[in-house]
Amino acid sequence: MGHTFAEKVLACKAGLEEVVPGQIVVVHPDKLLTHDNTAAISKKFRQIGVERMADPGISIIVLDHVVPAANETYATNHRIIREFVAEQGVEAFYDIGEGICHQVLPEKGHTWPGALIVGSDSHTTTHGAFGAFAAGIGRTEAAAVMATGEIWLRVPESLRIVIRGRLPERVTPKDLILHIIGDLGADGANYCSVEFAGEAVQEMSIAGRMVLTNMAAEMGAKNGMVEPDEKTRAWLAGRVGHDYEEVHPDPDATYRQVIEYDVSDLVPQVAKPHTVDNVAPVTEVAGTVINQALIGTCTNGRLEDLEAAAGILRGRHIAPGVRLLVLPASREVLLAAVERGIVADLVAAGATLLNPGCGPCLGAHQGCMAPGEVTISTANRNFKGRMGSKEAFIYLASPATVAASALTGMITDPREV
Amino acid sequence: METRITGRVWKYGDDVNTDVIFPGKYTYSISDPKEMAQHALEDLDPSFTEQVRPGDIIVAGKNWGCGSSREQAVTCLKEAGVGAIVARSFARIYFRNCINQALPIVVCDAVDGVESGEEITIDFAEGTVTTPRGVYTFPPPAPEVMEILEAGGLIPYVRKKLGIE
Repeated sequence: MGHTFAEKVLACKAGLEEVVPGQIVVVHPDKLLTHDNTAAISKKFRQIGVERMADPGISIIVLDHVVPAANETYATNHRIIREFVAEQGVEAFYDIGEGICHQVLPEKGHTWPGALIVGSDSHTTTHGAFGAFAAGIGRTEAAAVMATGEIWLRVPESLRIVIRGRLPERVTPKDLILHIIGDLGADGANYCSVEFAGEAVQEMSIAGRMVLTNMAAEMGAKNGMVEPDEKTRAWLAGRVGHDYEEVHPDPDATYRQVIEYDVSDLVPQVAKPHTVDNVAPVTEVAGTVINQALIGTCTNGRLEDLEAAAGILRGRHIAPGVRLLVLPASREVLLAAVERGIVADLVAAGATLLNPGCGPCLGAHQGCMAPGEVTISTANRNFKGRMGSKEAFIYLASPATVAASALTGMITDPREV
Repeated sequence: METRITGRVWKYGDDVNTDVIFPGKYTYSISDPKEMAQHALEDLDPSFTEQVRPGDIIVAGKNWGCGSSREQAVTCLKEAGVGAIVARSFARIYFRNCINQALPIVVCDAVDGVESGEEITIDFAEGTVTTPRGVYTFPPPAPEVMEILEAGGLIPYVRKKLGIE
């Protein structure tokens, strides 16, 4: 009998012939990702009472959540992390400005097909776009991985989502994943491994695949994945400095469910406040007045996202009264966007350029909202209170829809600008 | 771990996310668990922190704790005195965080049998939740999970395993 991707990776990492869903395995992750929460994790690590990490070589620490430090508390937090990094000899440390962890890891060669990655961030699922098994964990267990090098994981049931057809013009992977989450619900894949397949996924860029696996977390998935192919290998060439063995699901694997979508007639989608599965076609909410538009985050801050926005805003200007915030996902993305003139186009159109990082997505700084305000954002969460006031409203959409909305000052179908 | 607990219920709905349990704006600015407890559920139910008593039990619908991996969304409730959380289902990282902090969790449909302010009894040995309008059963945790709960959470569990005392 065949096995799913999750079953094959976890069996291999646990040193077992085969595993079944529901089984608990103890595994040694290839990589452990932590970010600004490393300060809190280091305290837990000290509570465990070991002096040294079991293997500092698996630890990757990226400062991205509140960078540069917004006040003394954050600054102290960052200092504790820098001291911990030096003390433990963690080589893979990326200080402020390098970018968002989920972009930095693959760029720096820490993500590869078949890798087992755990991270103290719910969007660790992103790395599945490269054929890695990547799952979010909590802070205490991140500290335990530092101390022991191991973690228990429950072998998940798997869903296979097959995407047929070709995405229409200005309809993007973000619209597709919002549509899927709207259809399956915020717990539609709870505890599950989600495999994204089909010709529309094969056609997609690496950046597009990362949108799918990033937002798999928003339907409760343990991990999301796309099978590695020539695009994956080409993207990783020159970044991953060692051989790797790809893991592909067996054709006769057993899935909890196989779900098919056809994207040929898909229209731009928007998640309305205050849940990610509250999804509607853009046409239903078009005309909603906005105060702020955000392009960036670990979901949609990559070069093709900024390019899509520039394609709409080049030579034009955003509407009066609208604040457009642009945050490239990494230094590499920012540099490429500068070289191609994309940054100049966006800034000339009225955008406020912010440094690579998570920015206002989690409501800590760089663009929080006042009561009654509305933001349309390319991020992955629109929960009440997430970006400042609990009386503010967040709509989620693609970079094209956000740019089109910034242009008109109201939620706008990007196919009409 | 107590094998049987009785407590007053705070009842909530489906898909309660970690941003309303513990707002993101505090995630890197508050590190004292007691201070975390003062903000528990503030964007969902401002009356909670004013009226919660030690031993109270949260009973909810499906997908409790979805969203961010932030462990403070467990810490703040535990520190506020919550004795257990009973839900139709939990988001997976939240589920792990509860085990790792030894906050008892139960997966069953008890939300159908109780209203806020009423009492329920959870019997972990029997695997039952007794509500005013019915008894609900739940499967026992996996042995690996039980070991962590019995040790008092992941940190004491790992200390024991590594032979640190």
